[in-house]
Amino acid sequence: MLKNLPLFPVEGSTGAHEVDALYFYLIAVSAVFTIAIFICVMVFAIKYRRRSPYEVPKPIEGSWFLETLWSVIPMLIGISMFVWGAKVYFDHAVPPRNALEIFVVGKQWMWKLQHPEGNREINELHIPIGQPVKLTMTTEDVIHSFFIPEFRVKRDVVPGRYNNIWFQAMRPGTYHIFCSQYCGTQHSAMIGHVYAMTPDDYQNWLAGGGDQSMAKRGEALFQQLGCSSCHNLDGQGRCPNLRGVFGNTVLLRGGGQVIANEAYVRESILFPEAKVVAGFEPIMPTFQGLVNEEGLLQLIAYIKTLSTRAANPSVPLTSPPRGRTTTPAGVPVR
Amino acid sequence: MSTTTLPPPDLIVRPNYLNVSHGLKSWLLTKDHKRIAILYLLSITFFFFIGGFFAFLIRLELLTPAGDLVSDDNYNRLFSMHGIIMVFLFLIPSVPAVLGNFVLPIMIGARDLAFPRVNLLSWYIYVLAGLFTLFVVFAGGVDTGWTFYVPYSSLYANGWVVATAVGVFIAGFSSILTGLNFIVTVHKMRAPGLTWGRLPLFIWSNYATAIIQVLGTPVLAITLTLLAVERIAHVGIFDPKVGGDPVLFQHMFWFYSHPAVYIMILPGMGVISEIVTCFSRKRIFGYSFVAAASLAIAVFGFLVWGHHMFVTGQSIYAGMVFSLLSFLVAIPSAIKVFNWTATMYRGSISYETPMLYAFGFIGLFTIGGLTGLFLATLGLDVHLHDTYFIIAHFHYIMVGGMLMAYLGGIHFWWPKMTGRMYPEGWARFAALLVFVGFNLTFGPQFILGYLGMPRRYHAYPPEFQVLNVLSTAGASILAVGYLIPMIYLIWSLKYGRIAAPNPWGAVGLEWQTSSPPPTENFETTPIVTEETYHYSNEAKDFV
Repeated sequence: MLKNLPLFPVEGSTGAHEVDALYFYLIAVSAVFTIAIFICVMVFAIKYRRRSPYEVPKPIEGSWFLETLWSVIPMLIGISMFVWGAKVYFDHAVPPRNALEIFVVGKQWMWKLQHPEGNREINELHIPIGQPVKLTMTTEDVIHSFFIPEFRVKRDVVPGRYNNIWFQAMRPGTYHIFCSQYCGTQHSAMIGHVYAMTPDDYQNWLAGGGDQSMAKRGEALFQQLGCSSCHNLDGQGRCPNLRGVFGNTVLLRGGGQVIANEAYVRESILFPEAKVVAGFEPIMPTFQGLVNEEGLLQLIAYIKTLSTRAANPSVPLTSPPRGRTTTPAGVPVR
Repeated sequence: MSTTTLPPPDLIVRPNYLNVSHGLKSWLLTKDHKRIAILYLLSITFFFFIGGFFAFLIRLELLTPAGDLVSDDNYNRLFSMHGIIMVFLFLIPSVPAVLGNFVLPIMIGARDLAFPRVNLLSWYIYVLAGLFTLFVVFAGGVDTGWTFYVPYSSLYANGWVVATAVGVFIAGFSSILTGLNFIVTVHKMRAPGLTWGRLPLFIWSNYATAIIQVLGTPVLAITLTLLAVERIAHVGIFDPKVGGDPVLFQHMFWFYSHPAVYIMILPGMGVISEIVTCFSRKRIFGYSFVAAASLAIAVFGFLVWGHHMFVTGQSIYAGMVFSLLSFLVAIPSAIKVFNWTATMYRGSISYETPMLYAFGFIGLFTIGGLTGLFLATLGLDVHLHDTYFIIAHFHYIMVGGMLMAYLGGIHFWWPKMTGRMYPEGWARFAALLVFVGFNLTFGPQFILGYLGMPRRYHAYPPEFQVLNVLSTAGASILAVGYLIPMIYLIWSLKYGRIAAPNPWGAVGLEWQTSSPPPTENFETTPIVTEETYHYSNEAKDFV
């Protein structure tokens, strides 16, 4: 019976335990309040039940002391929940820099995933255990949401944006992928599985597919779409040289600056006139409709390789830097 | 009370709002707030049973993991129409437009609302909105969910999105007019001596609700207009392909729809304040705190909409501000629960049906409110967002809270509205069924949600089945619990005991006039000389 009646999901990722601890704290507080109210109502209802129709209870005005007490105590408990919850959220907002990056494109009604090495899969995600994995996600059509309950992670996948989540699987196993933002007819069929594997198994799996890395595919696209005719990599073209751009600050025409992250590269391909680099004319045509979301991700992967800093993170795999040093897009700031 | 089984002859012949005129025309052109309340009662009950029928089909589909009872598209239409009908055509008008319309003017000693014609207009607008919605139901429905998220609704959804949006847009104006009417009435038409500090809490909570209705609903109208424009003309406000932003829609939608949650619960809180005091025969504990809490909820409710977007990718700092504010808005609700409980302390408590609903409300609203804290907690909401946990949470507030309060209020004021008593035994039995059925329906959904079952799923993995079966079993009990009152309340209209003017021994002004009241409510304008809930001073009047 208990096999058919699960009450609690598996803790599949390193972050799951923290979320569960928070959950139990809230359950404990809720239980105390619910039981206290329940007992008070029951006891009062029985003890002070009307014994005769003529009964006249004494009026009680109220009590400033009690009102203060039951405003301040719940407020303090609420603030403790807020602080703890914000800490868990904040800690998980920033993927470690050494995370393995996998790219997700949602589409009615499937998940398309690409590994940097070139492996592509649909509704399946193979990952190594013991290593942080960062998903960079967007969608071709409506809003979806990528949810792995066993990892306690979820993030909406919004058209026109790159949203990230990251997690680190603890042990080999198969876990659910659900689309949790309603997306139309087959919303409930937009599901799949995560296969968490030992690093060796993962390497074997990687070797089994993917003829070309994402960056190679991106390079081919870069040629095919004619990008290279203007964006000469020797710095002589009419357009900015893209070498060393990714991850760095770019000065803009008309003042202002922007950090060249995934979102900026995407915007520059689809809306070239939006943020033109200082010293250049807005002559680039839009590539809207010429390149799909997966192609955009490949172009970005290629442009990343042109910037050694982003392509070869010299950070050891074992100690992810935390918190303030990176933005959610993995771009260094400050 | 026991002497009223045989009607005193004067109660039969006395003219009241029901027998003063007859015929369909006298109802459809009435300006009497009491008759308009009855019109609203009939129409929202109709939509409640349609929305409830859809809910029951949803639960039947979810009895088995495979999506085998209805097709996926039909399932999506069912939950969309369930949400749209229940939110816009039942919950929002329920207590204000039926109970508020009926008793608010009487409670403040007024002859009618400030604008009787506007009141009737609001009902006609509601009917027009209802007709649009019925058209959509019969024409094939809409599958956007009640939240209409873009770009699904604007560019991808099949079905009658614009017609539905127009229906909801129209329903909004009915809500605005009712709110406007209440605000003006409470300001200008209180009986002599009825100061703000003496207003019954039902008035305070409907007043706070009216503020939200008037300030918030226009934003819904703007949002739906933009949605319709986007769908018809594709101007690109919400489409990233042409520089728009789909998340903007969510901000605008929730700027109304989170306060709308308070439109759906505040009036219920007012009902509970009336019932708890009456059946404890005691003044409310901490009157000014309960009254101020209503206003605090109305104000702070406008500042928490962003907690619906913790996982959309909005700034994490914005997330933190919205999270903190969401905890703060929970405090006034907690204060109310504590004060209702304290009101019962050393009271004289009797267990008539309205009080049973109030007991149920306090328990279920407490659970609903506390589980709201789980969703306000950033780190937890990431996991719980868009799962069955949130379905369970808001049904504890909306059904466990508001519907319990509405049924409690209907039973409380039924003798006043109809002049008849309902069979108490059946009513208590139905209240118990509703409580048990409700908990069995929605309790398991908290567990399902933490396990990760997403909402709006037509089919689901087999390990979730046992909990879903429990939930469907509960829904069957709940359905019976709603049908029984329907039967005995109709029965009581003809066969129920004649009600005395004040069957509960309550002290509100509405109990000072006859049951049912005359068209002008009072023969002479009452003069208020005491605080509200002066139960202890009035003890001599009980028998």
